[in-house]
Amino acid sequence: MKAFVTVFCKEAVFDPQGHALAVSLRQIGFPAVKEARVGKVIEIELSSQSVSETRASVQKMCEKLLANPVIESFKFEIKE
Amino acid sequence: MKAAVVTFPGSNCDEDAFDALSRCLGVATTRVWHKETNDFSGVDLVVLPGGFSYGDYLRCGAMAALSPIMQSVSAFAERGGFVLGICNGFQILCEAKLLPGALTLNESRRFICRDVVLKARFVRSPWNSLLGQGAAVTLPIAHGDGRYWIDPAGLEALEQKQQVLFTYEKNPNGSVADIAGICNEAGNVFGLMPHPERAVEQGRKIWDSVLQSVRSAS
Repeated sequence: MKAFVTVFCKEAVFDPQGHALAVSLRQIGFPAVKEARVGKVIEIELSSQSVSETRASVQKMCEKLLANPVIESFKFEIKE
Repeated sequence: MKAAVVTFPGSNCDEDAFDALSRCLGVATTRVWHKETNDFSGVDLVVLPGGFSYGDYLRCGAMAALSPIMQSVSAFAERGGFVLGICNGFQILCEAKLLPGALTLNESRRFICRDVVLKARFVRSPWNSLLGQGAAVTLPIAHGDGRYWIDPAGLEALEQKQQVLFTYEKNPNGSVADIAGICNEAGNVFGLMPHPERAVEQGRKIWDSVLQSVRSAS
């Protein structure tokens, strides 16, 4: 079973990397780009058999380590 | 006075902190490895040094905040012990929730290494009591992730409870409200991005404030 966790900076927190990307994208011919944000995707392989158990456990992983709730939000998908 | 300096894998200012305390300030100092637990008995000051703990993987300080020693540091802080986090140490204290807010990538996306002028925003024992409010101190910074962030409600609380100890005269990294260093509500845990251990004479009044507070308490 695999978990795909996506972590993003909250909207209220300025993302310098995303901003730089947006500027570059406009420069290389994509004038429609308004803004960009850079996040992280974390792929976790688990030995668990139950989706609900995995879901609960990944939720805890996010809260404990993978995301910092002060500046980041997260979401995840479980794939069997 | 006794001090302890914690080393995490990737710390690189631990020896500077050790030297500043033991050699420059004459404080009996021990080194502590992050995998240890330690009751810090007889210790007055625990320093979390600068560096790149765990290679700054995931987020600066995130993994170090979960090291075994951090439970000891939390317990020490809870009973009123003085904890100083410098640079990566500040990031670790925020990640460990011993201080509010978080440190994020510099607005310029560049690593900045130079002297900056700080102003004492609020004056609190034990960290900057020998400085007058508004007094200037010049210290070096060396960080890529030094932009302090906290939400507006958090910032208001920091101001009201006089937890902002140092601000930058000219903001180098985009920190909210020019914040360079804050303490917890109780005042015994202090984190700052600039490096007083790399410039002991320039930061003398900070060190002397701590030394004097410990001596007058004992």
